[in-house]
Amino acid sequence: MGAAHGHRLYFHGHSPVHRLPAHCKIVALLCFVLAVVATPAGVFWPFAWYAVGLLAAVGASRVPPLFLARRMVVETPFVLFAVLMPFVATGPRVDLLGVSVSEHGLQAAAMLLCKGTLGVVASLLFAATTESRDFLAGLQRLRMPQQLVQIMAFMVRYLDVTTAEMQRMRVAREARCFSARGPAAWPTVARSGGALFIRAYERGERVHLAMLSRGYAGRLPMLSESPASALQWSVAALLPGFTVLVSLAAWTISR
Amino acid sequence: MSTPVLDVQGLAFAYADGHQALFGVNLHVHRGEHVALLGPNGAGKTTLVLHLNGILTPGRGSVRVAGLEVAAPHLQEIRRRVGVVFQDPDDQLFMPTVRDDVAFGPANLGLRGSELDARVAEALTRVGMLEYVDRPPHHLSFGQRRRVAVATVLAMRPEILVLDEPSSNLDPASRRELAEILTGLDATLLMVTHDLPYALQLCERSVVLSDGVIVADGPTSDVLADEETMRAHRLELPFGFDPRAHGVS
Repeated sequence: MGAAHGHRLYFHGHSPVHRLPAHCKIVALLCFVLAVVATPAGVFWPFAWYAVGLLAAVGASRVPPLFLARRMVVETPFVLFAVLMPFVATGPRVDLLGVSVSEHGLQAAAMLLCKGTLGVVASLLFAATTESRDFLAGLQRLRMPQQLVQIMAFMVRYLDVTTAEMQRMRVAREARCFSARGPAAWPTVARSGGALFIRAYERGERVHLAMLSRGYAGRLPMLSESPASALQWSVAALLPGFTVLVSLAAWTISR
Repeated sequence: MSTPVLDVQGLAFAYADGHQALFGVNLHVHRGEHVALLGPNGAGKTTLVLHLNGILTPGRGSVRVAGLEVAAPHLQEIRRRVGVVFQDPDDQLFMPTVRDDVAFGPANLGLRGSELDARVAEALTRVGMLEYVDRPPHHLSFGQRRRVAVATVLAMRPEILVLDEPSSNLDPASRRELAEILTGLDATLLMVTHDLPYALQLCERSVVLSDGVIVADGPTSDVLADEETMRAHRLELPFGFDPRAHGVS
């Protein structure tokens, strides 16, 4: 279950990227992704520049590239979709390694891959350098509605507890010779799912009681995170600023 | 005599489904006392505890905490005065880090900044958990989580500390460590427990609740030695344990 000091996506460190306040990084990530997505269709050279900028940020964070690469498996469904696109799309065809594929499809797939990969690497870098608690504090500071922050906070806190509960139920099933093979096992698995839901619901009620007992009146206290200095904002703005410039340049040139 | 910290008079309560859990409970706890609340499963112990901080409101009778009636207009103050430590620390610890969790109660009371930090440090020091202040609760051992749960309540400087089954699921070493912390606290304690040797070790007085009424109230060693009452209310000592041979430490 992850490192001793955070969730599975987090890489413990003290680099300048780690030290940036979470809310600066959230804004930076959002601007970076928007600028990348806004790249005009059919122009590919900006992606090389985005990648250079992003790799510089990875370098500054001192997160090993292999750490990020391993976690890029989340992109797999998008890659599969992108690979299919040239075959299913319509329009003029071109030959690629002896196979006839759609030209539009090929281009769209390449765009999707470039944009997707950059977005995934940037998000992974964010997750690797930001503890979940700081992420929540950052959202709170960015004025995300209280209820949403609270729901996310509880999800982060109780994900492991509920997963452990699920594991225990699985072990208890298997200890009595249950094997989850074939449709005959589905009713049992479904009932376990139901039981898990009820347990989680009851825990929710107990947690609420415990909160009321300590004076909860509808608002979680502000998670402490100090405001960011102008210097920190400017450091955080380096990557998205560069990306926006490249994206703008691509629009000007491609016109 | 001084105003009792806890003054429960003629408390009766029935749940919405008609199940009557308490039938006129009388209980007084004075400052500095350590009282064990004993009783079989289903005796109404948890129902009684939930009345002490106003989560449940009495059907009949009254509950006063240090002279203040447990009722809607001043529930915040009541919940500051009565610190309840629930049985499962995973229910009690719901914030992302130990620091945030211990700060939760005092922050609800309006504390901020350095005053809040000092309160958190003080509470964690009292349970010997200060070095874990930045850890997420789910990375602590069960015994450590229980100690942090005690700290979350101590941070509110309660008049009375109410513990629900404090020794459950603890290994013997964690059980002993918690006992040492609780004896060193210099606080008024009400401890709900099935662990009779623990009651004898920590509490000079015991109260037995059975079927919604108090059936025994006296020095723990006397209560535990009264074999007839014990048997009548499904309370059993561990094999070979003689309450007269042990005493409050």
